[in-house]
Amino acid sequence: MDPESLRRAAQPFQFKSQLQLRQLTGLKATNLAQMLQILKSAPGSVIYHHTHHFLQQHQYLTPEPPNDFAYWVRESLQEIKLAEKLTSINICDYPNIRSLREKLIQTIEPFLEKNRHPLREAPEGQEMHFIKCVSFVLPTPFTAYDLNEFAAVLQKISIHSIYYHMFESRIRLEKPSNDFSLWLEQEIGETDLAKKIARLDPYTHTIEGLRGKILKLIDARFRQTPGLDGPKGSGPEVPA
Amino acid sequence: MNHPLQAYESVVGPQVIYELRLLAERTKGWTVRNINSTAVGGGVAEILNRMNPLLQELGINARWDVIKGGEKFFKVTKKFHNALHGKEECFSEEDFAVFLENNEINANSLDLSGEVLFIHDPQPIGLINRKDSVNSKWLWRCHIDVSNPNPQVWNFLLPFINRYHSAVFSAPSFSQKLLIPQALISPSIDPLSDKNKDLPEDVIQRILERFRIDPGKPIVTQISRFDYLKDPVGVIDAFEMVQRYVDCQLILAGGEATDDPESAEVLAKVRDRAANNPDIHVLAIPSGSDLEINALQRASAVVVQKSLKEGFGLTVSEALWKGRPMVASAVGGITLQITHKYSGLLCHSIEGAAHAIKQLLQNPDYAKKLGENGKEHIRQNFLLTRHLRDYLLLFLSLYREGDIIHL
Repeated sequence: MDPESLRRAAQPFQFKSQLQLRQLTGLKATNLAQMLQILKSAPGSVIYHHTHHFLQQHQYLTPEPPNDFAYWVRESLQEIKLAEKLTSINICDYPNIRSLREKLIQTIEPFLEKNRHPLREAPEGQEMHFIKCVSFVLPTPFTAYDLNEFAAVLQKISIHSIYYHMFESRIRLEKPSNDFSLWLEQEIGETDLAKKIARLDPYTHTIEGLRGKILKLIDARFRQTPGLDGPKGSGPEVPA
Repeated sequence: MNHPLQAYESVVGPQVIYELRLLAERTKGWTVRNINSTAVGGGVAEILNRMNPLLQELGINARWDVIKGGEKFFKVTKKFHNALHGKEECFSEEDFAVFLENNEINANSLDLSGEVLFIHDPQPIGLINRKDSVNSKWLWRCHIDVSNPNPQVWNFLLPFINRYHSAVFSAPSFSQKLLIPQALISPSIDPLSDKNKDLPEDVIQRILERFRIDPGKPIVTQISRFDYLKDPVGVIDAFEMVQRYVDCQLILAGGEATDDPESAEVLAKVRDRAANNPDIHVLAIPSGSDLEINALQRASAVVVQKSLKEGFGLTVSEALWKGRPMVASAVGGITLQITHKYSGLLCHSIEGAAHAIKQLLQNPDYAKKLGENGKEHIRQNFLLTRHLRDYLLLFLSLYREGDIIHL
């Protein structure tokens, strides 16, 4: 492929970052019935926090189970079977928080029907406290007009920025795909690359791992294009 | 000693510092006025001493005023403090009158201008009575464990709290049903302070020598005040169960008991319990012995925090930051810091603690991995730079609405 064939976008990719402030709700559960009730009525930002905060808080590994509901059901209620079911909910399958909430409820309700008596109580001090997440979306000075520039910025941008574009904008802002795939396809016609990025199961990687995967996919795309000498980004320097 | 923000870059990475600066462009020139009741001693003063210079470096006019009060007032507020921790206390009408009168006197003399009035703990909480006469946003920062407060004092404080624009607590279990938003902001440690900075091996060895500790025998350590809630006698029980199978030694180190009669009583009991075991070192060391604490933690094969109750448990952050494998009770803020079998081992009993300590002493590779994971967890979540970021977000949240805020 000729280097000239790397298209330049009319609209650049504007890298944003997001930082989160956690808020307490005063809601707490000591057994499964209480958890279910809160799951049904709590704000969406509560469901979002308990299914996503591990991604930014555990950078060194992907802990199992990856959501707080599963973790609490396993560690505090010792309901191993239900915990496994909650653990294996694949968040990628749900386009928004509403549908994810519905899935959590549908997983717990039948279990509760069958195992109504006696309900296991969490030991004192191990109650589930419900927390909500307030996100602050922060524009950065980094932009990309083509794949070279995109890769260069991706190498140096913070994990919070990658998190925002890969996770938050899809499930919380309810976009059809992650921001990277949408821009790559719509603005510079990188349909194949966009699909490959969209197919990554981001919830099973650390964010650094995800950065590496995407860069590898871009690198493979570059290797199809002899003559390119590596990515050059725009925006102020941040030492990587 | 305070360090400039740039000094933290080598610890947390340049991107974290860059984003802090980017975020702080939104709060540049704001005045944030901290008000508390003491300029020296205690956790609040320590946090303000570390945070304010960094906030100033980020362009915030961070101020700090201390309310005045006589003996009568501080006697009442000490009772408030104990009662909020759940202790039985009796309050008279006069107690509440003294409290309100003192807050009124301070409200008349303090400068209450600025974008954010950041009121710390219950002592100055009544300043909120000036809410309508100033054009500021009001924050109430509760630094104490209010998971089981005495209802009389909580119900007295509640109408004040609910008039603030927002409250801040340190751990999820402190959360109460309030009419206002309540942020969760965990405390933090300063990785560059004497208590946490890297130490050369010879400094560690010299400190061990000074305390007559054999560097050749695996060390199990608990650093904590001599307090029943830290269960030092339970730690000895657990250690002796371990000692039957592993040749090791125990260090129980904490601040010297000078003015707290209960602490002196606990220390005496611990010394008595340890008297016949030459492998147990009970060290009552002067407060402020930061380098010594640092060295003892770094020299340990396993660090224990077997508290029966815990607010946040900064000693856990400190030990994890040093990459030490930890065994700690699953109470209070400890569960925010340790995920069982990922970044340490959690326990619920003396037997559980003994089993976990033994497991770590006998499996050094496993222990090392937990320690490494623990250190990374602290790097991401419990260092001063994260605290600073939370404060900036908190200030901004006072002027924005919604769960997704586009800056």
